[in-house]
Amino acid sequence: MRVMLMRTCLADHVAPSVVDATRRLLEGLGVEVEVPRAQTCCGQPGWTAGHPDRAREVARQCLRAFAGPDPVVVPSGSCAAMVVHGYPQLFDGCPEAASAADMAGRTFELTAFLRDHGLVPTAPSDAPPSVTHHDSCHMLRMLHEHEAPRAVLAAAGVEVRELPDADVCCGFGGAFSLAFPEVSGALGAQKAQNAAATGADTLVGCDLSCLMHIAGCAHREGIALRVRHVAEVLEP
Amino acid sequence: VSDRPVGYGEGPPLRERTRRAVADRTLRGNLASSAASWAAGRRRMRDEQDFDAMRDRARAIRTENIRRLPELLEQLSERVIANGGYVMRAPTRDAAATYIVNLARAEGATVVAKSKSMASEEIKLNEALEAAGVRVVETDMGEWILQLAEERPSHIVAPAVHKNRAEIAELFRRESGEDIPDDREALIAHARRRLREDFAAAEIGVSGVNIGVAETGTLCVMENEGNARLVTALPRIHVAIMGAERVVADWDEAAHILQILPMAAIGDDASTYVNLISGPRREGETDGPQELHLIILDGGRMSLRGTRFEEALHCIRCGACLYSCPMWRTVGGQAYDSPYSGPIGAVITPLLEGTSSPRATELPFLSSLCGACHDACPVGIPLHDLLVRLRGEVRTRPHRRRDRVMRLWSTAWRRPAVYRAGVRLTRLGLRILGRRRSWVTRLPGPAGRWTSQRDLPTRWPPR
Repeated sequence: MRVMLMRTCLADHVAPSVVDATRRLLEGLGVEVEVPRAQTCCGQPGWTAGHPDRAREVARQCLRAFAGPDPVVVPSGSCAAMVVHGYPQLFDGCPEAASAADMAGRTFELTAFLRDHGLVPTAPSDAPPSVTHHDSCHMLRMLHEHEAPRAVLAAAGVEVRELPDADVCCGFGGAFSLAFPEVSGALGAQKAQNAAATGADTLVGCDLSCLMHIAGCAHREGIALRVRHVAEVLEP
Repeated sequence: VSDRPVGYGEGPPLRERTRRAVADRTLRGNLASSAASWAAGRRRMRDEQDFDAMRDRARAIRTENIRRLPELLEQLSERVIANGGYVMRAPTRDAAATYIVNLARAEGATVVAKSKSMASEEIKLNEALEAAGVRVVETDMGEWILQLAEERPSHIVAPAVHKNRAEIAELFRRESGEDIPDDREALIAHARRRLREDFAAAEIGVSGVNIGVAETGTLCVMENEGNARLVTALPRIHVAIMGAERVVADWDEAAHILQILPMAAIGDDASTYVNLISGPRREGETDGPQELHLIILDGGRMSLRGTRFEEALHCIRCGACLYSCPMWRTVGGQAYDSPYSGPIGAVITPLLEGTSSPRATELPFLSSLCGACHDACPVGIPLHDLLVRLRGEVRTRPHRRRDRVMRLWSTAWRRPAVYRAGVRLTRLGLRILGRRRSWVTRLPGPAGRWTSQRDLPTRWPPR
């Protein structure tokens, strides 16, 4: 099986280790991974900030970069949701509407892709014995994906402890985190506290953006919390 | 059409209002406990009822209601008139308020008793009546508390939910000079005693309308305290203010909405009272008002039909999206500076006031787009999608300035080579920063808004 990997702009800039881990994880499970050179960003920053014209310019490049029949795998629920849920709206009435719908139909968040194809990673020897999982909102409510990361982690032999108020937003919200930093910070600190209270070794999630925010809040508040992207935990 | 704004226009810009609210620990405690009890009610209700199926039906009803809106309003008006009432179609908030002020003047009214009505807040009725020398008495417990405190409502259904019992008792003691203990029964008894006098004195009663039933011309007013029953029955004149979108075709639809509204609002499938008002007192009847005036408020609603924002008109004002919203729970409704707060407030305030209003158009940005509001909504309004669309419609100077910045962004990021150069530069910068420390605690410029609240790891995974 062949897939195209979307690096995501955030991981590309600040956490290439997440991209590398995702790639090794997929390849280790026998998936052929192509990383299109022409990819940049899905356009979400412009879309959610209220600049649809600017977002379309960037998203068009995304459509071009990921043209073709292969599934697109994304180590981010939010970027995947932008393509699956956002593109049909962003390109509504545009010439690219059909190719946007096509891409939306073959774009998958990483753990959902693994689950759908029965790909079960083996937990590495240094995997944390227990984790707690942060549900990112776009994955939970736009992709309606609650089970996939839990199922994949459990199948790999990692204990998942439920996070109290798991369905409450961590307060990141893209530009929201900069527009209303106090509100964002208050929610992030609460999330970090809840995660630490589970006693799990590591907080994992499928969205680097939320995780950077929660990790940053935890560090600021002096809350000891190890934070990893789910691919980094599963990749031997 | 020029009209009075929906928002109150009070206080500093939104960011500063949210900053102050976050710093108020009592407020956050009160909001958290109210949201927690709402969530518990909703969980109970979800266990007992097939909420998803009920929501799908409510959504279908409301979609059809709004599609047929002009026709249903016509029918409702005809029936209300046939039942002996008067109907005023108010194109603007201004027109609605002026109508009631003129009515009060013609009647020589000195006291107007009100039950809870968000539409009356929207038209700024209290200010208008008071300016005309009429005393206004709020008879809903929450609204009365706010009237005494000179505050604005923080929730569509539970306007004083941001206050705890101790704060309310203290307010009552200060206002009355009486020694009122800090318990629920005593507080309610005090309000009841005080308000009875005003019910008796009022010449006009003003209520809202939850839904109007077109087939019979019946106005449904839901409540939990019995005050709306008095307001709509005791004074000589009853004025009912209804948002133009709040109409259903028949009793089959009405029964469904009357059930799902309290389910979403408080987790119960019935409110304590449902007043069904089909006209003024008829010959031979012993109670009820002698005149009934229905004001159907447009105020920008009708022009939303057929737009990408039409679904905002499906709203039945249950307040569930407020309780579900992490932002509302953190800052409360007053920070929105509009009668309508939370996700639905952030959508309809700018839609009704206009997308070039600088204050109203700040509101759609007060959301992380988490979508909890959509989950909570009993009529399935995709509030998170409407918020995004609305952000794209903002036509203010600061937003146009931001658009110019975003133009630089899109110019660079639609070109892979330029994009990759930026990636290399960012990684280099982080490597340089990371030589000395694992975390950055202070950044200059706009990035300082990140580090004002949280540290930035210079490498991932962070150490």
